[in-house]
Amino acid sequence: MQDRPFIEVRGLTITAGRDRRQIVRDVSFTAEKGEVVALIGESGSGKSTIALSLMGYARPGCTIAGGTIRVAGQDVRALDAAGLRRFRGKTVSYVAQSAAAAFNPGWRIRSQIVEAATLHGTMGKAEAAGREAALMETLALPDPAQIGARYPHQVSGGQLQRMMAAMAMINAPEVIIFDEPTTALDVTTQVEVLRAFKAMVKEQGVTAIYVSHDLGVVAQMADRILVLKDGEVMENAEAGELLERPRAAFTKGLLEASRPRRLELPEAPADAPPVLEVQGITAGYGGTGPDGLPLYPVLHDIGFSIPRGRTLGLIGESGSGKSTLGRVLAGLVPAAKGSALINGRELDLRDAARRRRQDRRELQIVFQMADTALNPRQSVAEILGRPLGFYHGLRGQARTGRVAELLDMVRLPRHLAQAGPRALSGGQKQRVNLARTLAAEPALVICDEVTSALDTVVANAVVELLVELQRELGLSYLFISHDLGKVEAMCSEVMVLWKGREVERAARDSLTRDPQHPYTKELVRAVPQLRRGWLEEVTAHG
Amino acid sequence: MIGARSLPRPLRLRRPGGWPLLSLAGAAVFAFWAGIAVFGGLLAPHAPGEFVDSWDTLAPVSAQYPLGTDYLGRDVLSRIMAGAKYTVGLPFLTAGLALFAGLVLGVSATLMRDAFDTALSWLMDTFNSLPSTIFAMVAVAGFGTSIPVLATVITVLYIPSAYRNVRAAAQTVSRLDFIDAARVRGESSLYIIFREILPNILPNLLTHFGIMFIYIALLLSGLSFLGLGIQPPEADWGALVAENMVGLSYGAPAVFAPALCLISLTVSMTLMVDAVSRRRKEP
Repeated sequence: MQDRPFIEVRGLTITAGRDRRQIVRDVSFTAEKGEVVALIGESGSGKSTIALSLMGYARPGCTIAGGTIRVAGQDVRALDAAGLRRFRGKTVSYVAQSAAAAFNPGWRIRSQIVEAATLHGTMGKAEAAGREAALMETLALPDPAQIGARYPHQVSGGQLQRMMAAMAMINAPEVIIFDEPTTALDVTTQVEVLRAFKAMVKEQGVTAIYVSHDLGVVAQMADRILVLKDGEVMENAEAGELLERPRAAFTKGLLEASRPRRLELPEAPADAPPVLEVQGITAGYGGTGPDGLPLYPVLHDIGFSIPRGRTLGLIGESGSGKSTLGRVLAGLVPAAKGSALINGRELDLRDAARRRRQDRRELQIVFQMADTALNPRQSVAEILGRPLGFYHGLRGQARTGRVAELLDMVRLPRHLAQAGPRALSGGQKQRVNLARTLAAEPALVICDEVTSALDTVVANAVVELLVELQRELGLSYLFISHDLGKVEAMCSEVMVLWKGREVERAARDSLTRDPQHPYTKELVRAVPQLRRGWLEEVTAHG
Repeated sequence: MIGARSLPRPLRLRRPGGWPLLSLAGAAVFAFWAGIAVFGGLLAPHAPGEFVDSWDTLAPVSAQYPLGTDYLGRDVLSRIMAGAKYTVGLPFLTAGLALFAGLVLGVSATLMRDAFDTALSWLMDTFNSLPSTIFAMVAVAGFGTSIPVLATVITVLYIPSAYRNVRAAAQTVSRLDFIDAARVRGESSLYIIFREILPNILPNLLTHFGIMFIYIALLLSGLSFLGLGIQPPEADWGALVAENMVGLSYGAPAVFAPALCLISLTVSMTLMVDAVSRRRKEP
């Protein structure tokens, strides 16, 4: 018993569905007490499924079909319902990806945090409240004694995420599972949260399983990294070793994809005419006030111009107004002030319906969530065929032929034309999404966070495709993203948006080398790097 | 490796072939009643008003009269077959009309300005708060009991619930990005309603149609039972139960047969609704 590892998983196999498809195959690993083990892989690699199985849990439709799971001396698979109930929350606890979805908005935060303690009867109310305040302090939350009295909507996303860690730690569990805990956060917030998590893990001496798709984050948190692909372990090594001397080809690919890249952009003539010129756009939500401006302004006096064949990157944190700017230009949100010219023609900024057909055709938008951007009840051929018929009057054979050409352009096999969106992977959906805008033969494409829902490798491929299409078709892009790496990879010029205002604009290389505005400096610094110890450096600075 | 032919097609309504067995049974029973509703008058062995055996009223099941005779000695089987056109047809018609009106109003509410939406929703909620049986009784008392009046009153009564249902479903869909994509493309409202929104809310609509059908069938039968629905000499199943209530103490099939028919009709519709409303599980 004594010389057994603290967490021991042997030959774990998990099946899904009626056909008992194996989504996790023969996975084995161990963790010593106090160690942080990271599970990393793309979506569908089984990393969350494995993490959940440590709590004896399989998602509906999934079954733990084989193998042994021992956690803190317990054979997890042998526990009955009552045993699992005592085990979960007390011995092992869980931090989910979205704290906003995990907290009940109608209850005060403290009552939700101490609930686990009173439920398991580990401590009295007063003692639990004391421990809650101590945890809030460990997690570097402001006013730790009082902040628990707030409701979830009264704290920021990063704070709420840390509070979920407090909830998980209230019973002093021996194992804590982090399931993509910072994926939904801005990079600048992510740094603080990671630092708080690391301090907490160290102080409490807890063993942690850290699930993530972000190698940069994992490099900061983990002692040991398991690389997963299609439910199988590709590599299992000590973190520093894996980052410096990866052995599996898949790990090498992952490392390569996580490095900052700079794609070679097509040459555009210096005197290229502007495709889009924007001046003094002010917009917002919530009706108009007496001064004719929106009650809740989101954008203030934004102006820029994009020359033919160039890309303007637009970067900012969530809530900075970057997506709103895309929607204003697309005609989905009316602008209160300002004007825009597309190829020299005035663009109506009140409503897309008022625009000339040519304006709508030349300015296209690609949405962030490819899942919701494609009608699930239409086939790819119908989705791509509609703009062909609508803008260019193509029918019958001509239309079918053009759909096939469009699929070629976005590097998709032609037989996908008859499939529905549900048959496509995330990356394929985003390519169809892009092909739909190409069907219009646009001059400018607004790309609204087109890569943020995709895995690193897939996202890189989409960015490369965008640049290739720019070279072939002379397209211009407004590339909206929160990911500095992607923006740097493909944009000739970058604009930084902060609280609805432009705070900095620079050519692609000078922005990272010499950021001017304090927010830009923070942003550049907060991008996780693959180097171990980066987190400590950053936090030592700030 | 996925071959080109095995790729999942776009999401369509499931063909009845893919339905669970119970729902198929429901569909068979419903199809049977729909056939009776259309052809019942022609197929009935006797005219519904014919006094086949005036001496032996409320007779039990016999070879000559499979479901016995009623309180005036008429053939119950023939009367049920003739009444099917009201009990099956009228709910089908009124639920369809209510659904269509609800569709037009509900989708307009999602696409039009907020003020229109709010005003319409208030109006509909006011209507919804009226107790349906009492409202129908008052309306029938006021306008008289004819089939057009009944159909109109019931349609009006059920528009609000159809409106609410369509609006809720359409609003969920209209927030999705592909609707924005269509708007940016410059599509007309009609295209957005019929090509983008409608296919996505069709399962909701069919489910709601089925549920409305059941409620209306029961409401109509209830009204007829109270004597406010279909008037003699015509009779729907509710009226058949009411006029033969005397037979209850004799255990006469004249009371139970129409009631059982009504149950089989509503249960068969429920089973069909199950098949349509069940979402296809993710693979």
